[in-house]
Amino acid sequence: MTLAQDGAQGRAHDNAQGGARDITPAPVIAIDVRGLSKSFGSRKVVRDLSMQVKRGTIYGFLGPNGSGKTTTIRMLTGLLTPDEGEGTCLGYNIRTEADEIKRHVGYMTQRFSLYQDLSVRENLEFVARLYGIDDPAAAARAMVERLGLNGREEQLAGELSGGWKQRLALGACTLPNPQLLLLDEPTAGVDPKARREFWNEIHALAAQGLTVLVSTHYMDEAERCHEIAYIAYGVLLAHGTVPQVIAQAHLVTYTVSAADSHVLMQLGDELAALPGVDMVAPFGSSLHVSGRDRAALDAAIAPYRTRAGLNWTPSEATLEDVFIDLMSRAQDNFQ
Amino acid sequence: MTAAAPAEPSRASRRGEFWRRSYAMTVKEFIQLKRDRVSFAMIIMIPLLQLLLFGYAINTNPRHLPTAVLLQENSDVGRSILRALENTQYFKVTHVVRNEREFDRLLANGSVLFAIEIPANFERDLRRGDRPAILVASDATDPVAAGSAIGALNGVLQTALRYDHGIPETVLPPFEFRTHARYNPAAETSLNIVPGLVGTILTMTMLIFTALSVTREIERGTMEALLSMPITPVEIMLGKIVPYILVGFIQAALILSIGILLFGVPLLGSLSLLAMLSTLFITANLAIGYTFSTLAQNQLQAMQMSLMFFLPNILLSGFMFPFAGMPVWAQWIGEALPLTHYLRIVRSIMLKGSSFPDLYFDTAMLAGLTLFAMAVAVTRFRRTLD
Ligand SMILES: Nc1ncnc2c1ncn2[C@@H]1O[C@H](COP(=O)(O)OP(=O)(O)O)[C@@H](O)[C@H]1O
Ligand SMILES: [Mg+2]
Repeated sequence: MTLAQDGAQGRAHDNAQGGARDITPAPVIAIDVRGLSKSFGSRKVVRDLSMQVKRGTIYGFLGPNGSGKTTTIRMLTGLLTPDEGEGTCLGYNIRTEADEIKRHVGYMTQRFSLYQDLSVRENLEFVARLYGIDDPAAAARAMVERLGLNGREEQLAGELSGGWKQRLALGACTLPNPQLLLLDEPTAGVDPKARREFWNEIHALAAQGLTVLVSTHYMDEAERCHEIAYIAYGVLLAHGTVPQVIAQAHLVTYTVSAADSHVLMQLGDELAALPGVDMVAPFGSSLHVSGRDRAALDAAIAPYRTRAGLNWTPSEATLEDVFIDLMSRAQDNFQ
Repeated sequence: MTAAAPAEPSRASRRGEFWRRSYAMTVKEFIQLKRDRVSFAMIIMIPLLQLLLFGYAINTNPRHLPTAVLLQENSDVGRSILRALENTQYFKVTHVVRNEREFDRLLANGSVLFAIEIPANFERDLRRGDRPAILVASDATDPVAAGSAIGALNGVLQTALRYDHGIPETVLPPFEFRTHARYNPAAETSLNIVPGLVGTILTMTMLIFTALSVTREIERGTMEALLSMPITPVEIMLGKIVPYILVGFIQAALILSIGILLFGVPLLGSLSLLAMLSTLFITANLAIGYTFSTLAQNQLQAMQMSLMFFLPNILLSGFMFPFAGMPVWAQWIGEALPLTHYLRIVRSIMLKGSSFPDLYFDTAMLAGLTLFAMAVAVTRFRRTLD
């Protein structure tokens, strides 16, 4: 499908909606950007980034701190102008149609950005009024209900716990019924239970047809996404479903365990120095030893496989292995 | 989708959205103001404090002012007049001097505010019906203090010698006071100060309120979310200015009521005209403060800009020094300051009873300054985070 058609569909879809969210039948592309770059001063923070996100999917945007996730999301909303590159969000040009994007995209910033000195209800009503919702009070009440914030309506947003704050922020950006949600590290610093509930909410929204782009630096959250992209040093290093990303890495991995953790640590240092071993990562009471070239890896570890007290088993590379490997390779190239 | 996002919004619905979003912003600002105890206290405390502080200086009825007396002759009538002067309670004879040098010295070094000279041959001239004059020299550096005491002299003229026989009956008082205001001959009246205070207090508080509004959103991290929602710079500006127009209005009412009730300042002109033009002046300062807010990098810078703007307002507007007495370059700067025009407006309406046509120029200047500030604010407002 050409981009023009894509854009037209995005708009047609809009007009068709009378108030209720409908489920888009065809896999239309919600985010489609090519070659985005952004520098701050002389530092290039995002390099030649291209990304496609299908409608109705939960897209995980993973990467360590400072890798350019927030900067990319800001370019998608029109809050930052890319130095290079083009693209559309819901069919609207990110350079020229920021006003339209603002109407249809819910953006939850990394830093809590509701008014701390406004109550839960007042914050929601403010958003409802800004988007011209007919009965702001009713819309806010419904959202309070949905978020399970009953009884806390009059509490100041600044006095909520971290988990509740994030839920409220999510509520505020879904209130105007956006078609696309951009969530920037929504679960950072939130306890595991609240994190789980938050993800349940994201899945419930996606089930209604919303497209969700979530950035995170928690590896385990990748498993909750339909598709993921991994970014480091401003470069998008891999994307696809989790099994695809793992397969693309072509990592051969062995797990080695030993009774004595001291021995294991020393072994790790030795192995990491060998040619053919690309990565050694501690994994509970064992080590993951990986290499991109099976023959080279096997040759490197051969002397150790027969050593007494060590227990070697072939295993699958985990997503974390893949990311650490991708990052170390990127480090060689970009740092 | 939302009701507010039809495919091709008509012009009317665009306008409806404009007001709805400005209203959303206004409600939000009101709630925040309500929660902000310090700002709330400032709205009431600044005018009260300023009025009380200045009130000390504008006490229009200071009593027992130190007075020196130079008696060139020693006569009963002279003593009667001095007693009558002291009976007014305004004068308190603290020094009796013997020569003019001492008389001048006491006045010059501030030991006394008044020096009264009863000339030689005063009683003789009085009985002859020659209407001799008593010299009353006053230190007019503080015209406020001197003003009412001099006013009291008139009463003394009529009554001092009422029971003294042997003085020819005439229509005119038998003697006169020759008053001589030293150091500040064109003494401004104290009534100038209260109207001036309305202007300075409003300038100060209005500037500070809006100067912090945009930088505060940036520093608290709420600006990013605001920018990602469909609200325009003009709507944000209106939403942030409107609540404070009401605040300014309350302040102006407070100061004026105190001025009128406590300090007896007259209101000769129309109250509704004064209210209307005060609103314009309030808006002008809010717009200027808001402009600083869009130019400043942080709240501290915004405060500094406001102070930098506040100083010339105080010094060059005619509040501190008579406008006509300033050098031309200073007058040009003064013309570009809203306080200058408001002072003319408020003084004219209150003290001279002027009507709108007298105030066209100053009104137009205020409106022009407001629009200019708003235009700068809207163009300088950063719509992206670049
Ligand atoms: N406005 C800015 N000015 C200068 N540098 C910035 C700015 N925003 C981000 N950066 C830098 O760009 C890099 C990427 O930042 P960011 O996009 O926030 O990463 P992430 O969200 O993945 O943690 C960081 O090193 C950060 O310091
Ligand atoms: Mg970030």
